Amino acid sequence: MLHGFLPALLEGTLTTLSVALASLAIAVVLGLVGAAAKLSRIPFVRGVAMAYTTIVRGVPDLVLMLLIFFGGQIAVNALAAKFGFEGYVDIDPYVAGVATIGFIFGAYLTETFRGALIAIHAGQREAGLAFGMSRAQVFRRITLPQMIRFAIPGFTNNWLVLVKSTAIVSVIGLTDMMHSAGMAAGATREPFTFYLAAGVIYLAITSLSMLGLGALERSVSVGLRRAA
Amino acid sequence: MNFDAIIEALPSYIGGVGVTLQLLVAALLLGLVIALPMGVARASDNPWLSKPVWVFTYVIRGTPMLVQLFLIYYGLAQFELVRESALWPLLSQAWFCAVLTFTLNTAGYTAEIIAGAMRATPYGEIEAANSLGMPRWKVLTRILLPSAMRRALPAYSNEVIFMLHGTSLASVVTVIDLTGAAREMNSRSYLPFEAFLTAAVFYLAMTFSLVAMFHFAEKRWLGHLAPRKSAPLIATSVPI
Amino acid sequence: MKISMRNLCLPVMLLAVFVSVASVNADAQTKKLRLGVEGAYPPFSELGPDGKLKGWEIDIANALCKEMKADCTLVQLSFDGMIPALQSRKIDAVIASMSITEERKRAVDFSDRYYKTPARFVVKNGVKLDISPAGLKGKRIGVQRATIYDRFLADQFKDVQVVRYGKQDEVYLDLASGRIDAALQDVVAAQEGFLKTPQGKNFGFVGPSYEDPKYFGEGAGAALRKGDTALREDFNRAIAAIRANGVYKKIQDAYFNFDIYGVAPAAPAAAATTAPAKK
Repeated sequence: MLHGFLPALLEGTLTTLSVALASLAIAVVLGLVGAAAKLSRIPFVRGVAMAYTTIVRGVPDLVLMLLIFFGGQIAVNALAAKFGFEGYVDIDPYVAGVATIGFIFGAYLTETFRGALIAIHAGQREAGLAFGMSRAQVFRRITLPQMIRFAIPGFTNNWLVLVKSTAIVSVIGLTDMMHSAGMAAGATREPFTFYLAAGVIYLAITSLSMLGLGALERSVSVGLRRAA
Repeated sequence: MNFDAIIEALPSYIGGVGVTLQLLVAALLLGLVIALPMGVARASDNPWLSKPVWVFTYVIRGTPMLVQLFLIYYGLAQFELVRESALWPLLSQAWFCAVLTFTLNTAGYTAEIIAGAMRATPYGEIEAANSLGMPRWKVLTRILLPSAMRRALPAYSNEVIFMLHGTSLASVVTVIDLTGAAREMNSRSYLPFEAFLTAAVFYLAMTFSLVAMFHFAEKRWLGHLAPRKSAPLIATSVPI
Repeated sequence: MKISMRNLCLPVMLLAVFVSVASVNADAQTKKLRLGVEGAYPPFSELGPDGKLKGWEIDIANALCKEMKADCTLVQLSFDGMIPALQSRKIDAVIASMSITEERKRAVDFSDRYYKTPARFVVKNGVKLDISPAGLKGKRIGVQRATIYDRFLADQFKDVQVVRYGKQDEVYLDLASGRIDAALQDVVAAQEGFLKTPQGKNFGFVGPSYEDPKYFGEGAGAALRKGDTALREDFNRAIAAIRANGVYKKIQDAYFNFDIYGVAPAAPAAAATTAPAKK
């Protein structure tokens, strides 16, 4: 039915998943840094974070990807040359794609984490400090566990959008699942079959994610009375 | 930064903005028209109404819009039956396939937003309507829907922004929208920064305008829900 | 969380670890080369069902690397991303049927050519199309974005509606479904990649063969960064070597039964037609 292209499709799926997970790692780091920056007392730092989230959320993913992919590389190497770096920095397409998606979703996660941090009543932190806990202890014991619970719905949403965004990376030539589907479609002239297969695989990934993250949300919300 | 090249390409960018806006407005209007009955069905108690809609929104929200676009543009054209049907004069055009995809996509997301807003209706409103002897249809159109539309406004504003960004995918199937204009300039001149930064600036301008419009709409229709203008209960900057 | 050196340590370290995955490469003794290929242009370069690259151009690329005693990695990229990738050092050479044209020479250097084939329009059999700027006025012609065919149409056929696609395969799909009236591309690519397939059986070539070097260049060569003369010399030596020692002929015979190297471009608008390939 798939004319023997199943191995290529599966290999593409693995690439898609690995791009998604690696991007998520970068996005989480950027999101935490960004959320902290947005809540900082220094206006300049707040401003930089705000510019970051505004620009990323105001420009389509595809345009950002094309900009960072085509233009960013030239910039990185021009910068390297300016610093007298004679060799060349070898950034392969996978790293470029992951960095791009990570950068984009770092902005969305910044908002998610910021919302989660704000939702924790300030009094809890004050109480922790009043007990003589250090700032790190307060963060570790009081803020972080609650933050996770508040962040999960938004995080789930961001993760699902991220997984679907990896499809766009195929447009700039990364050999992920969409790319494999496209190749197969071109070779066999049966685009419907292969894009349908790609759709089914994405549906499987998103469904499994929703099940998993839903279970996670229930496990950290034990005992919490819900409105609905 | 080569400003001359940008200025030379401006006409095509303006054309692209026009196409983007056309795609956006068409998709949003048609999508809303479809989403209203779907949202009501989705919020209904009757499983024969809500389950089919659930399947639709599940598939739409679980797959990338790019896959949906390719299925409609390249996938449908594969079949002899489609090519000889009465729909072909429309389906053969890239902009129609794009609008169709975007419409179905936004309908799926908007239906869920409307259903969610309807389910969140304070029960008191429904009780009051029932106690006044209003028939079901009237309760729906005079109480439930207006109340739900207001509640859905913030979520819908997000959806509109996402749709604006989504229209950029039309460039992947030969439509010369704003992103398409940028790609043409890039492939002609090999000036990616100039080409895509210009497009980014136009998109930012459009996004800001939309955000401002919705800000105004929220003030008008959700003003009664705005926080009181006194000292906030929760700190806005947190001394961790 | 305060932005202090201590609190930034972990995120910065993670980022640094990640960036260090991007390795720094200096010119070593066994040359490591990254070649950009497309993988979407049969029969020159395509993906097989197993996901591996194959095609005449892929074989030539591997042969050249063997001749240059270089350790080559083939990097699959979209065609319109090739030159930017080359300029930003993502790849060291482009082996993607890129024609040597004056316009491209402004951005990159080229090796000698390794093949040369003309361009022709493909239309549905029985459709009467007058192949001239006047005759094609208003018609929809499909091309791959950023190719010489794209440039040629934009310059010479100004009243035509040029529809640009990311991949040549997409051009064939829309030509087969009737969304475009004709397509302009390389003769061999069209022959092998479309006309000989079941979907292409109702289509054929029309109009002249286009070989004007101004648009169609002096053949396809390997694109290299401007000033990379050492690598250019290596490629030229390798191309001459495989033509002399029979490796070129062996690879050519596996795919075509005509001479794909072609003759050096003569006066503009040579109207010679290449023999259709019969495998």
